Amino acid sequence: MSELLQFLFSGVTVGAVYALVALGFTIIYNASDVVNFAQGEFVMLGGMITFAAHAAGLPLPLAAISAIVLTAALGVAMNKLAIEPARGAPVVSLIIITIGASIFIQGAAQIAFGKQIHSYPAFSGDTPIRVAGATILPQSLWVIGGAVAVFIALWLFFTRTLLGRAVLATSNNRLAAQLVGINTNFVMTLSFALSAGIGALAGVLATPITLTAYNVGIAFALKGFAGAMLGGMGNPKGALVGGFAIGLIEALTAGYLSSTYKDAAAFVVILAVLFFMPQGLFGRKSTDRV
Amino acid sequence: MKISAKSATLLVLVVLVALSPLLFPSNFYYRVGALIFVNAIAVTGIVILTGYAGQVSLGHAGFAGIGAYACALAPVHWGIHPGLALFLGAGISGVLAYLVGRPILRLHGYYLGVATLGFGILVAMILTNERGLTRGPDGIDVPDLGLRALLGELGLSLSNGQFWYFFTGLCMILGAWIALNLHDSPTGRALRALHGSEVAARTVGIDVAQLKLRAFVISAVYASISGSLLALQNRFVTPDVAGFMHSIEMVTMAVLGGVGSVLGAIFGAAILTLLPQVLTVFAEYEHMVLGLVMILVMIFLREGLLPSILKKLRGKDE
Repeated sequence: MSELLQFLFSGVTVGAVYALVALGFTIIYNASDVVNFAQGEFVMLGGMITFAAHAAGLPLPLAAISAIVLTAALGVAMNKLAIEPARGAPVVSLIIITIGASIFIQGAAQIAFGKQIHSYPAFSGDTPIRVAGATILPQSLWVIGGAVAVFIALWLFFTRTLLGRAVLATSNNRLAAQLVGINTNFVMTLSFALSAGIGALAGVLATPITLTAYNVGIAFALKGFAGAMLGGMGNPKGALVGGFAIGLIEALTAGYLSSTYKDAAAFVVILAVLFFMPQGLFGRKSTDRV
Repeated sequence: MKISAKSATLLVLVVLVALSPLLFPSNFYYRVGALIFVNAIAVTGIVILTGYAGQVSLGHAGFAGIGAYACALAPVHWGIHPGLALFLGAGISGVLAYLVGRPILRLHGYYLGVATLGFGILVAMILTNERGLTRGPDGIDVPDLGLRALLGELGLSLSNGQFWYFFTGLCMILGAWIALNLHDSPTGRALRALHGSEVAARTVGIDVAQLKLRAFVISAVYASISGSLLALQNRFVTPDVAGFMHSIEMVTMAVLGGVGSVLGAIFGAAILTLLPQVLTVFAEYEHMVLGLVMILVMIFLREGLLPSILKKLRGKDE
């Protein structure tokens, strides 16, 4: 029993990171129909910039905030320089643009931060907390708490604020949103900033546990993408559930079946789910207009 | 004289393959050339799947992995000749593509992307983890094809680089010829019709599911043969051949060059194979430049390099 609990703890922790990445995918997808494969690089940058700022003498909270702000700014720059000019291009071209951006950011990070693995101290120490025979790191609670807090904040933003509703309106129908006076370009900018910021936050919170290096982004991007698709692309609730589900499947497979095939399990489940529900768990059934 | 686009493409390819060696300063260039041709074969398959039928795959390297490991394993375990192992690999890839394709080709756009991505990752993981069979991430030796020795006995002695250059070049031209024939066949027209609009294609009586599946299987066979040739040429293969980055590379080559045309996609394969060789002068900035090139081409030359350039040239003529 305590064994199962231990696997669940580790699953929920990685799952929280995947859920944050999946949320980032969802926000950008809703605003622009682009699946941003550079999402994982935002996670990497969150951890890397925090490390660099901390090493340069900044206190940890300040370093973390500067990492999130800088990454969000980079997200905005990416939208302005790479995504907006390609508006209307086919899906494959957009995939290649975001993968190009991802390779570019990786290359830049390799020059700026080197090829070493970096980390910084956990926020509330390294003493594991014992719960019913299993242990959990205080940093894991930070990660899980962060994911839940972001989800609640986003939910409030999208349902209670005018700006949030403008974003929803834009994702529903861009032209109609423009017609009622919504500045859709600003919505795009905001979405990229939000999404990059959330990715960076995931990196900031997870790095003391997972460590970081210039090339960790792609793994996060794949898992986050998988989580978002499992939940149903474009649905924030789906992203959250999908992300946590991928984390849990991974941890349970690693614990009970085979640690070498833990990455495979998630994709087997996705193939199975898509077989029965081609729109993912929570996806809307879309009808194409002919 | 008016020649068809098909003959023109084949003529260009034959001339380029035959005449390029005249400009090669050293033997090394034969190797780079052969690498371009091997990539071009996989990319031709992507043209059929993505360019003709409009379906996206992010996992085609999985089939390349199957082709490559078929040539590494079948000769050792079953005593099959490496040349036949290539066909065995292509057969396995085709059957697997048929079985996998049936359920996942119902998916659209990004959902199809993630399903194929999952398939590719599964293949790569099996190749990496089944150490008993594949020797894991360190890679495995591949037996000699033996064709060069045979040619030598017949009095045609080529260096290793030369042999692979011309052999893969021939395979590429053959692959391009088949793809071009397909383009103008009823199947090709039906594929392009469903690319334009699936619903419209269905209303005129096209069996959409069946056709997508056919395109998927054909492109899988192309990827598999490309993987086999790569393995046979290098006499060595690692699971990276089935990796996610290799899948992305195939799609990028095709789209960058111009996924709508065989010649464009092959041009893309040439550019992206050469680029890393050229970019070594940028040393540590290599990745940044590569990423930048990908973004800029997709923004400014949307139809891909070759079609955009041709359009510019024609515009000037008129």
